[in-house]
Amino acid sequence: MKQKKGFSKVLTENVGFWFVVPWLIGFLMFKVYPFASSLYYSFTNYDLFTGISKYGMMNYKTIFTDEDILRAFQVTFKYAIFDVPLKLAFALFIAYILNFKLKGVNFFRTAYYIPSILGGSIAIAILWRAVFNTDGLINTVITAFGAEKINWMASANGALTVIVLLRVWQFGSAMVIFLAALKGVSEDLYEAASIDGAGKWTQFFKITVPLITPVIFYNLITQLCQAFQEFNGPFLVTKGGPNGATTLISILIYNNAFLRHKMGMASAQAWVLFVIVCVLTAVAFVSQKKWVYYSDEDGR
Amino acid sequence: MTREQRRKISTVIRYVLLVAVGFIMVYPLIWMVGATFKTNSEIFTSAWFWPKNPVFDGYDNAFKSYGGKINLLTSMLNTYKIVLPKVVFTIVSATITAYGFARFDFKGKGIMFSLMMATLFLPQVVLNAPQYIMFNKWGWTNSYLPLVIPSLFAADTYFVFMLIQFLRGVPKELEEAAKIDGCNAIKTLWYVIVPMLKPSLVSCALFQFMWTSNDFMGPLIYISDMDKYTNSIYLRMSMDGDVGFQWNRILAMSLISIIPSLIVFFCAQDSFIDGIAAGGVKG
Repeated sequence: MKQKKGFSKVLTENVGFWFVVPWLIGFLMFKVYPFASSLYYSFTNYDLFTGISKYGMMNYKTIFTDEDILRAFQVTFKYAIFDVPLKLAFALFIAYILNFKLKGVNFFRTAYYIPSILGGSIAIAILWRAVFNTDGLINTVITAFGAEKINWMASANGALTVIVLLRVWQFGSAMVIFLAALKGVSEDLYEAASIDGAGKWTQFFKITVPLITPVIFYNLITQLCQAFQEFNGPFLVTKGGPNGATTLISILIYNNAFLRHKMGMASAQAWVLFVIVCVLTAVAFVSQKKWVYYSDEDGR
Repeated sequence: MTREQRRKISTVIRYVLLVAVGFIMVYPLIWMVGATFKTNSEIFTSAWFWPKNPVFDGYDNAFKSYGGKINLLTSMLNTYKIVLPKVVFTIVSATITAYGFARFDFKGKGIMFSLMMATLFLPQVVLNAPQYIMFNKWGWTNSYLPLVIPSLFAADTYFVFMLIQFLRGVPKELEEAAKIDGCNAIKTLWYVIVPMLKPSLVSCALFQFMWTSNDFMGPLIYISDMDKYTNSIYLRMSMDGDVGFQWNRILAMSLISIIPSLIVFFCAQDSFIDGIAAGGVKG
């Protein structure tokens, strides 16, 4: 027989619930409600000043037919395709070198990490504009080596390179995560491999990389999410130009929502971006069975 | 070549690589410091960081006010008016939430926990427009409320996740002893959990400090009065609004505005690095 519980008993048995209540309120108010209303707005022509007068699929139709919007999605993909692998490869490579027992590792780790701390700030965006100016630091160095000046901000590829480099430069936090994972790889495995005559590169690809695939996976997902939302670099350093070559979708969303007050359109674009990120994350999760190695399972 | 020689050579190669990469990483920042003492023409002709004929007008002009409404220091003050309450609120709310999730069983915990983890991957881009509409209805726009108040409700779930990870590594014996001694859940949280979590709370506070100091999008969306501008939008306005661009001035302003972050980082770099590693790898 089930006994009816007293109120005080319910209260004490679910004591943990009361600790998460503040989060729950915030979750419903600042996450769930905006999330749901954004989906609703995406099917309207919501304008901040004139409100809603039309419902339907028109925003989505525009997104999949408008050349500028399609190009923004294309540019966002291009940005992520260059940014994520470059940043991860660089972070892993440097972490691998730092993991050898060298003197002064902490000093180098700090030096590599500073850009990650400051990289998101406007100060660095300003510095980046100075450094990649036509007569800036980079071109001064390039011409000193006899090469020709590059007009970074005026060419599509140049501008994209500038904002990709801005984020690759901030590889420090991914590196620190890799470094912690590398410390967990047992020394014995390397010993055994080098007795068998495996060189450092073979060891890296046959032992190190497979063993830290869970961490590579974690970094891949977080970097992917961030790359698809990148805003500061293209907005401040290249200003979306030249001719929209660095207008990532986040900039279009910002312009629609906060300059033109077209909240419906902005919501629809944000939802398309959200679905893309979800699909990519899902693909990564499905594919992890193929390449991510978890030590508590047998084999792969 | 003997084994010993080969080992020496590879060590040298590693150091050369580390120094070269480190130099490329840090040199722009060093160059920036030098550039604040250079004239425009020297900034754009010399790659060497040391100024030939140092000029100080960059610093003189950096503190000039803009339309009498705002200057560099008041904009930095505005930033920290957001940063400080946000750090405190985040620490308190994230600790309480993490404690609830990590140490208790209650109805619906499984679902709530998965939902919380899902918000980690929810792009802020999707929430910006509808949140703005909501705060606009409440009359909160053009104030710091939309930037600060959500942190009272553990809105930055990353920190909750980080603290749960830390709590998983903390043995429960002490809490059980406290319970036997008659401590209730709140007392246990304050006298047992918080002291043990201190290092990780420091990490969380540091990260929130950095992220909020650097935040650009939030103030850009919500703040419209110039006298309420935070440092990041003040810098952006100075960068875009300058006629006859004086680079030493804008670079000096940028440098001054990152000094607090640099000081905090150098005082607490180990906490940063431990924090990142723990959040990313454990669990």
